[in-house]
Amino acid sequence: MRAIGVEAAGVTKRFGAFTALDDVSLKVRPGTVHALLGENGAGKSTFVKCLLGYYRADSGDFVIGDRQEAIAQPQDADRLGLGMVYQHFTLVPSMSAAENLVMARADVPRVIAWKAERKRLGEFMSRMPFKIPLDIALGMLAAGERQKAEILKQLYLQRRVIVLDEPTSTLTPQEAEDVLNLMRELATSGELTIIIITHKLKEVMAFADEVTVLRRGRMAGGGKVGELTAIDMTTMMIGAAHEPGTLTRSGDPEAAARLTIRDLRSLGDHGRAGLDIAALDVRPHEILGIAGVSGNGQRELMEVLGGQRPPTGGEIRVADRSYHARRNEMHALGVRLLPEEPLRNACAPGMSVIANLNLRTFDRTDNGARRFWLDRRRMAERGRTMIEMFGIRTPSPDAPIGALSGGNVQRSVLARELDGDVEVLIVANPCFGLDVKAVAEIRARIVAARNAGTAMLLISADLDELLELSDRIVVMCEGKIVYETPGTGADAHEIGRHMAGHA
Amino acid sequence: MASGALSTLAIATLAGALRVSTPFLFVSLGECLTEKSGRINLGNEGALVLGAMTAYAGSYLAGNPWLGVLVAATCGGLLGVLHAGLCSLTRINDIAMGIAIMLAGTGIAFFFGKPYVQPSAPLLPTLPLGLWSDSPQIRSALEVSPLFFIGIVIGIFMTWAFQNTRAGMVVRIVGDSADAARAMGLRINLVRFAATATGSALAGIGGAFLSLVYPGSWNEGLSSGQGLIAVALVVFARWEPLACIGAALLFGAAGALGPSLQTVGVSQGYYLFNAAPYLLTLVLMFIAVAPGRRMRGAPGELSIVR
Ligand SMILES: Nc1ncnc2c1ncn2[C@@H]1O[C@H](COP(=O)(O)OP(=O)(O)OP(=O)(O)O)[C@@H](O)[C@H]1O
Ligand SMILES: [Mg+2]
Repeated sequence: MRAIGVEAAGVTKRFGAFTALDDVSLKVRPGTVHALLGENGAGKSTFVKCLLGYYRADSGDFVIGDRQEAIAQPQDADRLGLGMVYQHFTLVPSMSAAENLVMARADVPRVIAWKAERKRLGEFMSRMPFKIPLDIALGMLAAGERQKAEILKQLYLQRRVIVLDEPTSTLTPQEAEDVLNLMRELATSGELTIIIITHKLKEVMAFADEVTVLRRGRMAGGGKVGELTAIDMTTMMIGAAHEPGTLTRSGDPEAAARLTIRDLRSLGDHGRAGLDIAALDVRPHEILGIAGVSGNGQRELMEVLGGQRPPTGGEIRVADRSYHARRNEMHALGVRLLPEEPLRNACAPGMSVIANLNLRTFDRTDNGARRFWLDRRRMAERGRTMIEMFGIRTPSPDAPIGALSGGNVQRSVLARELDGDVEVLIVANPCFGLDVKAVAEIRARIVAARNAGTAMLLISADLDELLELSDRIVVMCEGKIVYETPGTGADAHEIGRHMAGHA
Repeated sequence: MASGALSTLAIATLAGALRVSTPFLFVSLGECLTEKSGRINLGNEGALVLGAMTAYAGSYLAGNPWLGVLVAATCGGLLGVLHAGLCSLTRINDIAMGIAIMLAGTGIAFFFGKPYVQPSAPLLPTLPLGLWSDSPQIRSALEVSPLFFIGIVIGIFMTWAFQNTRAGMVVRIVGDSADAARAMGLRINLVRFAATATGSALAGIGGAFLSLVYPGSWNEGLSSGQGLIAVALVVFARWEPLACIGAALLFGAAGALGPSLQTVGVSQGYYLFNAAPYLLTLVLMFIAVAPGRRMRGAPGELSIVR
């Protein structure tokens, strides 16, 4: 058996005065899939980063295989056969997948013989459950494809233990299942030990052998998956039983559209199809869901609507006024956006949480007039209110937002975007990486905004989410809208067929 | 007659391009290497001037111009070491630091260079590639310095190395994503240190060309900002060494335009034509970074891109 066991004893990690991990111990048997559960900010990522040598634990020991090992830096973990798919991307954006994979090996020769390497890569890829373009710079690919590249890299490196930090959040349900099935197989056959961090209990129940739950940096429980119910696990995670509330949409979509898109075109990156949307209307009291395999124009659409990419033709109107995604227009027309990868696309990572929460309003008074001097006191006040209302877990309101856990960044941006009068809300993968409780909470907020009369465009890679929330669903494929169906009674298989482009 | 003048002009421009482009070539290749590792070194202008002075002094004192080139590369490299060291010790802004290094480099060169303005040092030999022709103009135009070819070879080697060697790929990784580099356990500061020092040494060799080949003397007005223009060239060349070669030739030709026109008797607008490289810089920068285009190819860790 190539797989080896991992044991941690009394791991503690502090960031300044803040204790992110407090005396955490756990044992992962070789050849098993071990799930690590916990709310946003519970310390899951911190724990595995200590294991991988990315952070240094303040105290505690790791036993890898049957030897106690000091893991002081990533190379140590690498040498022991430990690999990790990080929650934030760690591949080199300007390099192709082929270059990234080959350079990740510890034994790269001085001069790389690309011909031989490509042949080996080709053979390796033919055994993999999914494909990615090998020659396009990764920065040009959509989040889902980059995630696949990260996973492929770890498999390519023939690890003995792989840690996956929320590997499935950007994948389609089918892709996620493929990835998890592959991991399951590799574990069962004794090739690999898997530690997986996820917020999806369904995945835990279906694919994991054992589970450990963290709560606010401490062990909150664990055990064999077969002996625990979903309710047990959520109770351990949040310290109290969690009742999934039901979402009720009230009020019918109005007749007149608020956001209208006509003949919208844009270039795609690196020879990909750009946008080519003939017509798309979103009405008040309506959630329009956009389904599609990532990399089919969703990112381009989001970028055009958010002003990150100039359209090459067509028109966008909001409430009958022409819209060019300028900051003033967004303010006047009440357009708000939550893009994917919010830390990169919607935050100033080095600025404080307070500053980031005020990005939309720092230059306005409370009644919307322009102001010259900042009112720091008011900014702090608004920021604190949002932190409290949305339960953002941050070491301090003045900490840089880049130091927050993935889920808390998401919450912060949503808090900022839902603040004030929202006429049009454009959201991409809003629950990417959120824990069960937060998912329920954020979906409730989205539906509440819709019920209050917001016109909402919801781009999501999670079909279940779209089916649950949308009044109407359209499918995007290669930059075009190829299918439309009402949300209630929508046929997931039919949507899936159009997503795959077989229609 | 007109066609005669035109061919004279073409030959003069070609000759000028081969000569004037070489310092651009070395500095831009050096800057390209440094920027690929994620750092900007405006100090290369200082390395160029210091290289020119030390090359001339070295050649004069040792009696061998190639020793002068070696001295120039070493001094340029040392200036790069200073820049890299200061940038990595404390988290100083590399652009501000670069300007300080540039001033330090030129200052040191002027201070120690005073005694070498008068005497004449042995210059580098040139390759007479025009022997096949009877025309003396062509013969003198094709007196090409071996340094030019060395520069071309370095450029081609760099392109190959960035794609095909571990060292080249490591430089790209460090320059593009410090996060990825850290996750791979690369020593970021060390890589940038080496890239900056090597880049600065190349700039020093560019300076040696100025004092030992063309114009072939040492004085304080020797460089006219080639080191800074080269930084713009790298942006225009999209951080591709091969494109740096092309851009250097283009700028060399632009720089040779004014003097060449004078040789055929056009003296009107002399200053305007002399400004050609600077105007070209402005135009190219405008085209290269016009809004709506992404800065394609820019290393992700560069402070001007982030
Ligand atoms: N580099 C850092 N500096 C300061 N605080 C940090 C740092 N990294 C993490 N933290 C804090 O440690 C806590 C645990 O963060 P961690 O990223 O481990 O959470 P998580 O369980 O992975 O959450 P999520 O599910 O949202 O990814 C958070 O409160 C976070 O703000
Ligand atoms: Mg995390």
